[in-house]
Amino acid sequence: MTDQQTAAGTLSQQTLDELREIIARYPQPRSALLPMLHLVQSVEGYVTPAGIEACAELLDLTAAEVAAVSTFYTMYKRRPVGDYHVGVCTNTLCAVMGGDLIFERLKEHLDVGNDETTEDGKVTLEHIECNAACDFAPVMTVNWEFMDNMTPSSATDLVDRLLAGDEVTSTRGPRVCTWKEAERVIAGFPDDLADEGPAAGPASLVGLQIARERGWTAPDGNGKDA
Amino acid sequence: MADLLTPVLSANWDAERAWTLDSYEQSGGYAALKKALTQQPDSLIELVKDSGLRGRGGAGFPTGMKWGFIPQGDGKPHYLVVNADESEPGTCKDIPLMMATPHTLVEGVIISSFAIRASHAFIYVRGEVLHVVRRLQRAVQEAYLAGHIGKDIHGSGYDLEVVVHAGAGAYICGEETALLDSLEGRRGQPRLRPPFPAVAGLYACPTVINNVESIASVPCIVDKGAEWFGSMGTEKSRGMTLYSLSGHVKRPGQYEAPLGITLRELLALAGGVRDGHELKFWTPGGSSTPLLTDEHLDVPLDYEGVAAVKSMLGTKALQIFDETTCVVRAVLRWTEFYKHESCGKCTPCREGTWWLVQMLERLEQGDGSEQDLELLLDQCDNILGRSFCALGDGATSPITSSIEYFRDEYVRHLTERGCPFDPHKTTLFETVGAQ
Repeated sequence: MTDQQTAAGTLSQQTLDELREIIARYPQPRSALLPMLHLVQSVEGYVTPAGIEACAELLDLTAAEVAAVSTFYTMYKRRPVGDYHVGVCTNTLCAVMGGDLIFERLKEHLDVGNDETTEDGKVTLEHIECNAACDFAPVMTVNWEFMDNMTPSSATDLVDRLLAGDEVTSTRGPRVCTWKEAERVIAGFPDDLADEGPAAGPASLVGLQIARERGWTAPDGNGKDA
Repeated sequence: MADLLTPVLSANWDAERAWTLDSYEQSGGYAALKKALTQQPDSLIELVKDSGLRGRGGAGFPTGMKWGFIPQGDGKPHYLVVNADESEPGTCKDIPLMMATPHTLVEGVIISSFAIRASHAFIYVRGEVLHVVRRLQRAVQEAYLAGHIGKDIHGSGYDLEVVVHAGAGAYICGEETALLDSLEGRRGQPRLRPPFPAVAGLYACPTVINNVESIASVPCIVDKGAEWFGSMGTEKSRGMTLYSLSGHVKRPGQYEAPLGITLRELLALAGGVRDGHELKFWTPGGSSTPLLTDEHLDVPLDYEGVAAVKSMLGTKALQIFDETTCVVRAVLRWTEFYKHESCGKCTPCREGTWWLVQMLERLEQGDGSEQDLELLLDQCDNILGRSFCALGDGATSPITSSIEYFRDEYVRHLTERGCPFDPHKTTLFETVGAQ
């Protein structure tokens, strides 16, 4: 069987080379599997059978072993994802602060259910678990960029702008890229946007600002009392 | 009065381009690394032991002692793995740290790796935080280019490779042995201990796994000393730490203070509970730590203080809920989370969390009888201590603690044949009016 006849053969040579590049980062090849699957999603749009075959061949695993891993993690998708993956945190804290209402409003507004994509293929809506931004509740994400302090109306406005192709910027990051582009960064291929956005959002700085106002500091190590 | 807040880790989060190497070095960054490289690795382990630094990821295990368990001269590769898989509901301290000043972590990684004689370190960051992944990738790249990572670091003869590794969405990977399986390219399921990771961790080699905040605390200890670190905090809970306030408080956010501050003090700084409302219940350290109430406002938020009231300091994630919040709704939602995140390896957790959700759904809807509360507690009893890892134990914490403090509220759901609370009243839009 030639390379072209294998399922992995449907991935481009560049992708296969990049998958090998990921493997080279690790002391043992199999450690590369998670980023490899992210890279597969960045070119295929989800974890395709061809992507599974490619990872299996390169790591000397069976396709079943790779599929067993890919189905364990929620970021790996079994169906095509829209250009913009929109997450709404509905874990307890965000839900209570308004996440439940936001999620209901978006389902209605977009006419999709959880983990479903709009007919034009642009937006996939999913309720997500705690994304470590509770001091910015209610929290949403677009392609895993933070959208902090959301309300039902700012949420519908956000998805309308995504659907219209307007520019959308993360509250603590750059202009949002596509889901595939985000997956490429997560796979370990930086996109040079690290310098975009602030160092910290307002909530991250409240304690520091109070300390500054009151002249509170850690001991300086030279005898100043704590 | 002593300074209530003591920013160290967060001291430069508002600096211009704080995430860059330039900014970090301007504030004295990487001086600790140069100092550390002139010392013996063992003396660094002793220093961290002497500082009293305890794990900031939830368990509170002494960091230096963990490092000391690594066998030396065993001929095997050693690994440092940073647990940056911050996912415990309510916990939101490591993400802002890595976004604002990733070099604090990277410098800690290099010093810690040198101390345990590891030549390979991994930062396992959760995948769902794209911009944090970018900032970590950039910081590691900058550190390589500056010669802080790589071959023969600053002429010391010490070599280190650092890899930023993004996860793929699984709360269980915050459990250290599940994290190792995940980092080996497998389903993230916990391992039986012993052997502990210090003996057989990544690739069956000696491995230290530490939380982001723990590792990020190492440079300042090297720089200013164990005594300085111990001058903050309490006798057994030394140093400063990040407290994360969220929920129904006026100024949610990160508050870096010496261990032992109380919620009353923190709430006063945060402007209190939102106007017209009062504190009902809170978590001291994420959803896996038993709930506390307004009886516990003066509990010292250190490892011993919170344990003394039958909870845990955990990740210091203080989620504040006021009287508009239905505790059954809150607990049901957390329980759905544990059910979703159970890895499926062991029966008590996989099956048990499923049944807990069934029971709580019924109670929240006002169906069933008061005897169901006993059944629910019995189910918790069959999960706590019988699960393979702490996820199952954690799943029972909100349930048992909420029944202890709010049994009447569960009963009200039954007598009133439904939830007596209006879920709209809990939202921010009630006060902000941004519907």
